[in-house]
Amino acid sequence: MNKVIEGVAYVLGNDVDTDQIIPAEHLVYSLSDPEERKNYGKFAMSGVPADQAGLPDGKIPFTENGQSESKYSIIIGGRNFGCGSSREHAPACMEIAGVRAVVAESYARIFYRNSVDGGFFIPFESVKCMVKEIKTGDNLVIDLNKSTLTNRSSNKIYELKSLGEVIEIIEAGNIFEYARKTGMIPSA
Amino acid sequence: MGMTITEKILAAHAGKESVVPGDNIWVDVDVLMTHDVCGPGTFAIFKKQFGENAKVWDRDKVVIIPDHFIFTKDTHANRNIDILRQFVKEQSLPHYFDVGTDRYKGVCHLALAQEGFNRPGEVLFGTDSHTSTSGAFGMFSTGIGNTDAAFILGTGKLWVKVPESMCFEFTGTFPEHVMAKDVILNVIGDIGVDGATYRAMEWRGDAVMSLSMEERMTLCNMAIEAGGKNGIIEADEVTTNYVQQRTDAPYKIYKSDKDAQYIFKKTYNASEMEPIVAKPHSPDNKAKVSECVDVKLDRAYIGSCTGGKLTDFMAAARLLKGKKVKIDTFIVPATREVEQDLYKEKIGGETLVDIFKNAGAYLGDPSCAACLGGPQDTFGRAKDNQVVISTTNRNFPGRMGSKQSYVYLASPYTAAASALTGHITDPAEFIYN
Repeated sequence: MNKVIEGVAYVLGNDVDTDQIIPAEHLVYSLSDPEERKNYGKFAMSGVPADQAGLPDGKIPFTENGQSESKYSIIIGGRNFGCGSSREHAPACMEIAGVRAVVAESYARIFYRNSVDGGFFIPFESVKCMVKEIKTGDNLVIDLNKSTLTNRSSNKIYELKSLGEVIEIIEAGNIFEYARKTGMIPSA
Repeated sequence: MGMTITEKILAAHAGKESVVPGDNIWVDVDVLMTHDVCGPGTFAIFKKQFGENAKVWDRDKVVIIPDHFIFTKDTHANRNIDILRQFVKEQSLPHYFDVGTDRYKGVCHLALAQEGFNRPGEVLFGTDSHTSTSGAFGMFSTGIGNTDAAFILGTGKLWVKVPESMCFEFTGTFPEHVMAKDVILNVIGDIGVDGATYRAMEWRGDAVMSLSMEERMTLCNMAIEAGGKNGIIEADEVTTNYVQQRTDAPYKIYKSDKDAQYIFKKTYNASEMEPIVAKPHSPDNKAKVSECVDVKLDRAYIGSCTGGKLTDFMAAARLLKGKKVKIDTFIVPATREVEQDLYKEKIGGETLVDIFKNAGAYLGDPSCAACLGGPQDTFGRAKDNQVVISTTNRNFPGRMGSKQSYVYLASPYTAAASALTGHITDPAEFIYN
């Protein structure tokens, strides 16, 4: 597993629900067809209200001009990130758009579980709320060994909570690889 | 140390004498439910991980209920129904309720109950966050994503962290104009949209046990709106009467021990409950209906797993009978069974369907419809900056189809009363006068 994640920040607020992450009308595309699945990247975060999209200023589109990839690969959120619908299309669309980590104060449990079990990206919990500390566009570095988040744009370092018991699933890649490692399902 | 009903069911399904909150355990699954939005993705992961020709762990425990995007011209949505059909055929699955046939049901959470898949003491997972609804039957039920569902399809098991339990007790009797929807909106307003995160919400007390199964389902349905892992109510005679009419399958009744441990306990006096709305744009943005009477409305929507059951339409019809709505009012029965009941059940000699039609309301086909917006041609989908009063479960920005719209969540009584006046209205005005 890569021990350092570098990327550009996209900052959102509290209670970002999965209808905002991917509105329901888009839940019709195939997640397995290599071309069709790109639609999910294109519409990722398209339900976020404009004034909340890319804080502190807002009105910053997550993806531009119909592109399926975003220049922002680290999402910063507040409390209860990913609440609402269980749609796995939410973490999937973020991965398709190029997200490699989320740092939020807390998560809704289904979204957290989906992120870990599906191996889409790593959901980190921050010790304090990062929403006011980081601006959309800041250059960030997450160090897994030290459990820190560095904001290179402001030269500040923040503590992240330990990934805890789910680290084994994250290191294995997803729940299937974890189950193969532990002998619960036969190796492929 | 005593255990809660949630802990007992999970322990039994993990082959353990006891569990405590925080334990990570593997549980045996009794029922896995999926639908048209998450089924295709689930089946693709299942095939990728277990092989193109792999078979599901137990054909009899897989239930597939298309309900989300059904009555639409959207070609991708219709293609997803074909994917369900193909998988059902490959796997010879008996519990499939196909679109366009007599077997079509509608909204999965009510269909699970009506078709006898909700049984006390069992463990049910579904690829939908409102799977918590089934907890009304004294069972453990929760929502999961495609990956976890695919894992269950292949193994019949899933890891679960045993949740801490919260106890919400209601003593006394609910006023006549207060419905389960008011009660759950009140509780979510009290604890917040993350107030039950990773926790079980257990409902207790005489007032709760006096409710019908449909009203109990409403309480458990919205556990997820407080972040809850599951909602749960111990089974009693009301439960077993309902279940025995729907299935011959065995079940087991678990009850919380007297000395069970709760992380949170609150007792409410049921008689003090009032009609509640959740204001835009969050289910915990609680206000009394009496505080919102100045809010002018553009439309009313009565439907969904939360507010589209027979009980909900009986309540709405009681107020709409012999009157005309002042705003566009959409009636969407959750399932075909509810729809058929609208033609059978009568108030003062008039069927519910006639009451709604004569009041000037629009009737839709059973499905999730505009609860979650859906494709552009979805019945009742919110437009522009409309102000909507709705018996559904979420008023997140854009949830019902328009990012500019304002959605107030309310009980069927409140929605119907408000449809008659064009502004948010306390149903007591119509019920007691």
